[in-house]
Amino acid sequence: MKSAVITFPGSNREGDVIRALRQATGHDPVSIWHQDADLPKGTDLVVLPGGFSYGDYLRCGAIAARAPVMDAVRAHAARGGLVLGICNGFQILVESGLLPGVLMRNAGLKFICKMQHLKVGRTDTAFTSHYSTGDIIKVAIAHGEGNYVADAETIARLEGENRVAFRYCDAQGDTKAGNPNGSLNDIAGIYSEKLNVLGMMPHPENLIETLVGGTDGRGLFESLSAYRGAA
Amino acid sequence: MKARITVTLKNGVLDPQGKAIEGALQSFGLEGIDSVRQGKVFDIELDSNDPAKAEGLLKSACEKLLANTVIENYRVEILG
Repeated sequence: MKSAVITFPGSNREGDVIRALRQATGHDPVSIWHQDADLPKGTDLVVLPGGFSYGDYLRCGAIAARAPVMDAVRAHAARGGLVLGICNGFQILVESGLLPGVLMRNAGLKFICKMQHLKVGRTDTAFTSHYSTGDIIKVAIAHGEGNYVADAETIARLEGENRVAFRYCDAQGDTKAGNPNGSLNDIAGIYSEKLNVLGMMPHPENLIETLVGGTDGRGLFESLSAYRGAA
Repeated sequence: MKARITVTLKNGVLDPQGKAIEGALQSFGLEGIDSVRQGKVFDIELDSNDPAKAEGLLKSACEKLLANTVIENYRVEILG
């Protein structure tokens, strides 16, 4: 698994992602700057980390989505390469058109920073093979704009094609009761049509050590590390 | 030449900020306010004096960056 982590001006979780990938794969991902035009040859996975790219000016992720490196990310995704966007990375993916819908202000208008339970969807993807469907995992969320919205047709399509990767839930697995931000259908993460692009608001990269809250996020990076697909 | 671009949320898109502002205005006892929707205004200066050309340029600016057409509408006004 050759991975690359992109840093935009204002990204702040790239170090956490690099650490999580190093722990799972045994080697360091390549760091990419947003103005780079290319990804290293043979890259299997590109990660867009969390943060506040361009200060969240205009719309979260809007300016980063037009950065030079995003053309290379689009081409990589079109080839079937893996792309993971976490938090601000998810916002960049929807702004760039790689995933449908938008992330609006949280329904309660507040920035939410807390531990959050998620229910795992399908596990036949590169991102979730080390989980079981229906697993309830506890990770962190930290966002002001995580309220996933799309038109009814898009939501029906995501559901029909089983492309909801994670849903918010409470400790018992009740999705409605556990929805922190008003997201439609309690959506916390979605896949692209070919299941090679995943965008999610929660931070699995911050739950990889028992010392700091738990290891429920490891499964995602271990799944990626074990993945041997064509990229 | 000056121009103004107004970006607004499409009908039916939930606007929690607008709702909060609406609630605040109503709490002041300002009567007659039915609803508030929040949008954005961009004032732009152009080096061209050709309104048709400017309009085309600004439309592509909206499509490329200034508006997310999944949820937003935009309006371009050439102010002269």
